[in-house]
Amino acid sequence: MLRPDLAIIANNVAAGTRVLDVGCGDGALMAVLRDEKQVDARGMELDRGNVSECVARGLSVIQGDADTDLSDYPEGAFDYAILSQTLQTTMRPDLVLEQLLRIGRKAFVSFPNFAHWQVRLSLLWGGRMPVTRLLPMAWYETPNIHHVTIDDFRALVKERGITVEGAWFLSGDRLTSDAAANFRAEHAVFLLSRRAFSSPSKGGVILAIPPPALPPPPPPHR
Amino acid sequence: MSDLFGLNRHVVLPGPLRLDGGGELAPVEIGYETYGTLNPDASNAILLCHALTGDQHVASDHPITGKAGWWTRMVGPGKPLDTDRFCVICPNVIGSCMGSSGPESRAQDGSHWGMRFPVITIRDMVRAQALLLDHLGVARLYAVVGGSMGGMQALSWAATYPERVASAVVIAATARHSAQNIAFHEVGRQAIMADPNWRGGDYHGADKAPDAGLAVARMAAHITYLSEQGLTEKFGRRLQDRDVKTFGFDADFQVESYLRHQGLSFTDRFDANSYLYITRAMDYFDLAEEHGGHLANAFRGSDTRFCLISFDTDWLYPTAESRSIVHALNAAGAPVSFVELSAPFGHDSFLLNVPELDRVVGGFLKAGGL
Repeated sequence: MLRPDLAIIANNVAAGTRVLDVGCGDGALMAVLRDEKQVDARGMELDRGNVSECVARGLSVIQGDADTDLSDYPEGAFDYAILSQTLQTTMRPDLVLEQLLRIGRKAFVSFPNFAHWQVRLSLLWGGRMPVTRLLPMAWYETPNIHHVTIDDFRALVKERGITVEGAWFLSGDRLTSDAAANFRAEHAVFLLSRRAFSSPSKGGVILAIPPPALPPPPPPHR
Repeated sequence: MSDLFGLNRHVVLPGPLRLDGGGELAPVEIGYETYGTLNPDASNAILLCHALTGDQHVASDHPITGKAGWWTRMVGPGKPLDTDRFCVICPNVIGSCMGSSGPESRAQDGSHWGMRFPVITIRDMVRAQALLLDHLGVARLYAVVGGSMGGMQALSWAATYPERVASAVVIAATARHSAQNIAFHEVGRQAIMADPNWRGGDYHGADKAPDAGLAVARMAAHITYLSEQGLTEKFGRRLQDRDVKTFGFDADFQVESYLRHQGLSFTDRFDANSYLYITRAMDYFDLAEEHGGHLANAFRGSDTRFCLISFDTDWLYPTAESRSIVHALNAAGAPVSFVELSAPFGHDSFLLNVPELDRVVGGFLKAGGL
């Protein structure tokens, strides 16, 4: 069973593509993409135990740090670069985002929403840093050093001229509407690209609609 | 067929082997051992490449020292290099002294090669191994595996014969020797050549070999294989079999005694000239230089899967060296896994008890599809 944000990403990655999963953990998403969508999946992971686990299950994963080691990859090496629940742990989320869109033609980014109503309540009434299901650690030990809200993220991508090709919002394990997502969603998944995005209706966020099918993948870079 | 496989094999191949240095070697002698059974379509062969002073006795007792093989913990039934599934082939590199062509073997005039033996490279070692695999009927390797200089050979294999290598496991290795690496080797070579018994390399068959020089070379090199932390934990400043310092030049300290023992016992099993030739081959190794100065070019178009492993306490071939190889493999689009493992033993970690190493190597090999 994949984590809900990973399931969304898995459902929306085109088959037979090349994918880099940054912060791939134990490789659960990579394994699904490889086995069910014939994806050529590569991973990067900081934790040495997780890397060993991935290699032992036959995945191509290198030990590395999203903040420093993404520059190792050539431009456009992947169809998708994926960063799930890792953005808020990086030193410079904005630079990591730029790297993702340099390496990948598209990028999936998922993160816990710090403006979720439970977080707001906890801070408003408790006056303490929130400890929730998705943010389970105390302030002094959490790896989440850059808390971000959905509206913060939207503002960043707008400012950087990045196109949002898709967005999914999760409350619990369920999809929720984008109406008041910044208040109601615990968790967001964005599909981004640098490509100019023309929509017949209007630009901006498309809710829970799978992105258009990609053109056939380029030949492997070999 | 059966005499091709097993322990203590020796073959004389006609060659000629064209060498990077310009000459040719013919015939080419190779001592080797195999473990496990080659399957009918020869698809389960793993070539295991040994390090500088290693040999083909990977999981069998050494004929001179009587000690167990150098990687018994990795090679055997149910072990990471599982001999129930794979046929593990371990040749002695050319230039060495355990049955393969080298300064101690005999030239066609019947006398020892000595320093007349041509200077060889890592790639020459690999080409000689390819001749052996041709002889054994192995067209394509399931994997090539090696640590330290063995890892250099594994890299060279993937670059020289990409179509013959499905997977490569490169442990505690480097794609080129650094100035520091060359410097340590030069100390060792000078120690050997300064020994009056070396006699310009013409000591084979004489009463005395340059054992003192070779022992010093080994002592210096041995320090580079250990971590400072390892040395401190093992010896600290403890004295050897005495309570007080002697104010002399005996081996007062345990670490001195240990190094002297390592140096001396090494001379029982290794040839000084071989030490010169193999360290030279390592110093000449620069895989990028062989490919127009760009390491990525060495791997372009390759289908080989790579697994690189470094150790956090290895200062001989530190993690940064493995990372630069990973960088090149990424640039070439090759499937690569990399992990830096934590172990206290320095460069020697690849030979010692590091359970995580077993897990990564075993898992990576299993995932190769056999």
